Amino acid sequence: MKKKMSFGKIISKVIIWAVVVIFTLSCLLPLLNMIAISFSGSDAVAANEVGLLPKDFNVSTYKKLLQDAQFWRSFLISVERVVLGLLINMFFTVSMAYPLSKSKLRFPARDVYIKFVIFAMLFSGGVIPLFMVVSNLHLTNTIWSLVLPGAVPVFNVILMINFFKGVPESLDEAARIDGASPIEILIKIYLPVSLPSLATVALFSIVNHWNDYFSGLIYMSKSAMYPLQTYIQQLTVDITQVTDAEQLKQIASMNNRTFNATKIVVSTIPLLVIYPFLQKYFVSGMVIGAVKE
Amino acid sequence: MKQGNNAPAIRRTSQAGHAGKEKRMFHLMMLPGMIMLFLFTFVPLFGSLMAFQNYVPAKGIFGSKWVGLENFKFIFSLPDSRQVFVNTLVIAFAKLVLNIIVPVFFAILLNEITSKIFKRTFQTIVYLPHFLSWVVLATVVTNMFSLTGPFNAVISAVGGSPIQFLADNNWFRKVIVATDVWKEFGYNSVVYLAALTSIDLGLYEAASIDGANRFEQTLHITLPSLMPTVILMTALNLGNILNAGFDQVFNLYNPIVYETADIIDTYVYRIGMVERQYSIGTAVGLLKSVISFILIMGANKTAKKLTGSGIF
Repeated sequence: MKKKMSFGKIISKVIIWAVVVIFTLSCLLPLLNMIAISFSGSDAVAANEVGLLPKDFNVSTYKKLLQDAQFWRSFLISVERVVLGLLINMFFTVSMAYPLSKSKLRFPARDVYIKFVIFAMLFSGGVIPLFMVVSNLHLTNTIWSLVLPGAVPVFNVILMINFFKGVPESLDEAARIDGASPIEILIKIYLPVSLPSLATVALFSIVNHWNDYFSGLIYMSKSAMYPLQTYIQQLTVDITQVTDAEQLKQIASMNNRTFNATKIVVSTIPLLVIYPFLQKYFVSGMVIGAVKE
Repeated sequence: MKQGNNAPAIRRTSQAGHAGKEKRMFHLMMLPGMIMLFLFTFVPLFGSLMAFQNYVPAKGIFGSKWVGLENFKFIFSLPDSRQVFVNTLVIAFAKLVLNIIVPVFFAILLNEITSKIFKRTFQTIVYLPHFLSWVVLATVVTNMFSLTGPFNAVISAVGGSPIQFLADNNWFRKVIVATDVWKEFGYNSVVYLAALTSIDLGLYEAASIDGANRFEQTLHITLPSLMPTVILMTALNLGNILNAGFDQVFNLYNPIVYETADIIDTYVYRIGMVERQYSIGTAVGLLKSVISFILIMGANKTAKKLTGSGIF
């Protein structure tokens, strides 16, 4: 009887492990395939012989990529917008979240502001009117079109409000009695104790800016101004313009697949570099994001 | 200076002055952000008035002719827009359901794995696709579902005829839903894993003394304990029922599958940004915004009522 029980237990353990491993591999293998393609000979890729390991291993596409001026220009634009966008996002996140984290007693206008902020998060005029505003402000074809329309990351502001609310009021109280101004209190007391939360919203902001292709697509009329994701999106866009199934098949098997794969792999490296930090912080971000404001 | 004086009256005025200064400072801190929100959220909102106009860019909002609800009547008369509405709802609803079931299932199974190192490794890998953009993943998905990809290799191996998944109206939506679930199941499982760790272990002990096996325990303890989180997530996602995922569809669809793939956001993009019919595009977008807004408010209220917490 006892033996039978443990046998059943073993079976269920095996099934659980098998399912979890399959789920996990489903996330890993397609990405490994992409890396393998980037290191393979283009003939092997066209003949569809590349699985998880490169075939006819070579780094020729990587060498070619080093010479690709357009790719690196776009890469640089993306780096620029991440840095600029991050600074702008953090400025607005902190400057708005701090007053909004105060009680109604200390900041009576708080509730009105909060209503505006939440309304801005939930209701948008849509892509066309926004495009017109950006273009009337003469921001198109400048880096500002990539960072200003989303300057206030409302979701991050709300996260940060919740983080700041968790800071003990007594710290604030003591500093105020000493005559410190709100900005001094924010910089000297709140920011230092909120470093993990600041890291969380900063990482969200970095990922959003790095991954965004759409602003580049609508606000940049010259491909020389494309950020990296827009540039890559345009490489693959040809496929979506094709109406003929046969032609679709041809394009999919074209041998620039290796080169495209190389570009995609290189474009992902910055994300992989910050991924360990992302993983460390985003769990807390998600859990706090779900609590009420 | 005044602080040095112990007279209560003076102290009170000093504190009142201090508080007033603080309030002014708070307003000042809000100002830059409010200006940005005004420019890029509320001005566009005013701009969406062009949904009620026959908007001509040269004349602007003030010079264009007002046409009342003409644009909306026009939209409803198009068979295309009805199809687009249906596509959006079908895709979004399937995603809503599966993006709860699959992550719950995965979280429960992952929770059964006791080895810390393996559990961490699995988590690290399954969270990764969430952080990659659809631009990048579209290429990955195209590789997987192409005629020469692994899925078609399996189909040929068992003797079936190859399927053009991304250029076939019978398959496109299924691929869209499946790949979205694939991208997000790891990330979505985070909240359920957190909920699982807060279940009282005493409940399981009591159940096993009563002779309940692991499966019965899952059915009668684990699942009911996850229900509040499931309800909260469902309610919150209901507000998104008109968001079928622009980035994903936009990077994977093609004219062959417009019939089943075209969603509200891709439709607005093509009408407004590509064909430059600004008023029609804005009208469709505005309609979507209004319905979404009502749904989100309703969903949040429901979530608050059911579980005591909403997102705002």
